[in-house]
Amino acid sequence: MSAPREKDEHSGVETTGHEWDGIKELDNPLPRWWLWIFYACIAYAIGYWVLMPAWPGLHGYTHGLLHNSARATVAKDLKDLAAQRGAAGARLKSASLEQIEADPKLQSYALSVGQSIFGDNCATCHGQGGTGGKGYPNLRDDVWLWGGKLEDIEHTIRVGVRSGDPNARFSQMPAFGRDGMLPAAQVDDLTEYVTALSHRKADAAAVARAAPIFRDQCSACHGADGKGNQAFGAPNLTDADWLYGSGRAAIHDQIWNGHGGVMPAWGHRFDDATIKALAVYIHVKSGGGQ
Amino acid sequence: MTTVIDTIGATSQARTTAKGGGPPSRPEKSGDGAPLYKKREPIYPKLVHGRWRAIKWAMLIATLGVYYILPWLRWNRGPSAPSQAVLVDFTHARFYFFFIQLWPQEIYYFTGLLVVAALALFLVTALFGRLWCGYACPQTVWTDLYIVVERLFEGDRNARMRLDAAPWSVDKAWRKGGKHAVWIVIAAMTGGAWVFYFHDAPTLMRQLFAGTAPMTAYISAAALTFTTYALAGGMREQVCTYMCPWPRIQGAMLDDHSLQVTYRVDRGEPRGAHKKDTSWEGRGDCVDCKQCVVACPMGIDIRDGSQLECINCALCIDACDDIMDKVGRPRGLIAFDTDAAVLAREAGLKPRHQFVRSRTLYYSVTLTLVSGLMLYGLVTRSPVALDVIRDRNPTFVRLSDGEIRNGYTLKLMNRSNDAATYRIGISGLAGARLKAVGVAASGGALNVTLDPDGQRALQVFVTAPLAEDQLQSTPATFTIASPAGVAEKKTVFLSGDEGR
Repeated sequence: MSAPREKDEHSGVETTGHEWDGIKELDNPLPRWWLWIFYACIAYAIGYWVLMPAWPGLHGYTHGLLHNSARATVAKDLKDLAAQRGAAGARLKSASLEQIEADPKLQSYALSVGQSIFGDNCATCHGQGGTGGKGYPNLRDDVWLWGGKLEDIEHTIRVGVRSGDPNARFSQMPAFGRDGMLPAAQVDDLTEYVTALSHRKADAAAVARAAPIFRDQCSACHGADGKGNQAFGAPNLTDADWLYGSGRAAIHDQIWNGHGGVMPAWGHRFDDATIKALAVYIHVKSGGGQ
Repeated sequence: MTTVIDTIGATSQARTTAKGGGPPSRPEKSGDGAPLYKKREPIYPKLVHGRWRAIKWAMLIATLGVYYILPWLRWNRGPSAPSQAVLVDFTHARFYFFFIQLWPQEIYYFTGLLVVAALALFLVTALFGRLWCGYACPQTVWTDLYIVVERLFEGDRNARMRLDAAPWSVDKAWRKGGKHAVWIVIAAMTGGAWVFYFHDAPTLMRQLFAGTAPMTAYISAAALTFTTYALAGGMREQVCTYMCPWPRIQGAMLDDHSLQVTYRVDRGEPRGAHKKDTSWEGRGDCVDCKQCVVACPMGIDIRDGSQLECINCALCIDACDDIMDKVGRPRGLIAFDTDAAVLAREAGLKPRHQFVRSRTLYYSVTLTLVSGLMLYGLVTRSPVALDVIRDRNPTFVRLSDGEIRNGYTLKLMNRSNDAATYRIGISGLAGARLKAVGVAASGGALNVTLDPDGQRALQVFVTAPLAEDQLQSTPATFTIASPAGVAEKKTVFLSGDEGR
């Protein structure tokens, strides 16, 4: 640029020559502090490239002189954590479920472990408070489809329900209506019958009509008295607890469609100590199962 | 706030500082261009002898003695607790003071202690002036100790001034070096003694020298070593004048009837040199010898009236009494006196000392009240404590038979040094049953044994049959009882329509 640049009269600063609607752009220099920070950032970036993993290559990446690796750090932290838990973790592994529960300190440790595992893995379906929801069993009450003893809970966690595991807990409520196994009128009568089982008012004539149907179709799993059977995961129909809802519509829907949920087999994912801690956590928090 | 006594026949030294209005030595030219930092003018307090100096020596020995010896005293609390009489145990979250043993939940005792200390300070100040500043404050005590060392190496006031003015020499170098070396040793012992209050002293002593003590101990000791050296060696009166808030607050505690180190202006003025065997008629007793000024560790002239910097150490009284003896006038030209008394004598009246004033009355009453409350709390303190945390998720569970169950986490605390078995019960809830997994139940109550000085968090379930018309929230009370005592905690039992 040979020609002398125009100077703004008011501020005495050179202009860039750009003009919009009579407003001219001043060519002020960058603030000194900004410039220094900018240079410092460049210097820092160069140092970072040399020391830390930075540039991707075709087969891998530059590792940097410090050999820093976030993955290795996490692996080390996990190892340190296991070492820190050391004795208590080992006792969790060697003690029986009953021993864990009877020892205040070990129980307290198992509850801490169980709580975090439950929150990360089980709460998605059963809820943070373990109270479940429609189709997801409540783990805080005294109703257990597959048994509420420590061993039962541990086994259910390990193999899951309808999980595909060869040892999984398995049962199948037939879809009596949808699959055409019973005519609609009989499903209606059965709904009245099941309502009456749990000590509620029901149409006496319908109940009488349904009695033989219940005996033929339902009592094999739910029992002649409707009290269910934990061996088949068949719910008790005479109590106040309903997995798929207690109203007539919900009962009718369950007889018609035969819902059944799936719980994963956690034995493939957790080690023994973790599963034990989880079983103790669920057992203690449910007030001792049933 | 006290009145400032105008010096009659003021000399060139007269000061125009208003009481409590910031440091009087502020540069004349305030505002534009005045530096924010004022360079320290060295003060060379002269050694005096007399009653107040003797008391100050005694206080120095007593306070330092308490500070250094206290952590080494032992107190037998049985095998479950440390045997150190005074211990702030952060690791195990306990505070021990002889027979008192406090948990973190009882932090209010410390609040109470601070309130009592503040009120006691207010009362003493209102009655006798800043005795704390002059005799008991660590800043005063350690400065006094450092001046002793200074005098040992460099001599008294005049010798020190000469030495400071002299060019550097071998003699000056070893005197200065020796002084600083001893100062640092004292500072290190001060910082070192501090950490003994937080760990078992004999163990920590071995660890400190073996290099195996906790890092916090070394850092704390080093920090206190540095502050002791800097505050007592270098900054001295600047700490009181510029850093400490107390001189600024004291104005609110003092009044015309507060005893303070006072220059009896009614007796002293007009001041001036006095020739031997001449008459004392028509003049004051002050011979303007400036002994009160050279003795002052704060570097002020007490004859200017009561002022922000004065720490009430009364060394000027000793200095003046000495002179009064020599010139043959009665002692007490400078004395503990009140502004009201000075004014009364000036008016030809008989001065009266009024110790019972509304201010001292208020301070005494609140002090008695708060101390009484603390004492009552300590005497009736139960070795059993209970906290109840209601489970929030779920708030309640409906069982298969229609009964309602609520979960609670009970925190049981055994504050005694013996193991104890507690019986946990609940009242206010008809037909309630307690259950805790892994805990024996008998007759509707649970029995839990706690270690000495131990605690336990227990998940407890309460099951109750609820009538249809039962409130959704029923008040209930948990009780834990052992032969040592009983603790109660109110809570609520919730139910609702959910899950029905």
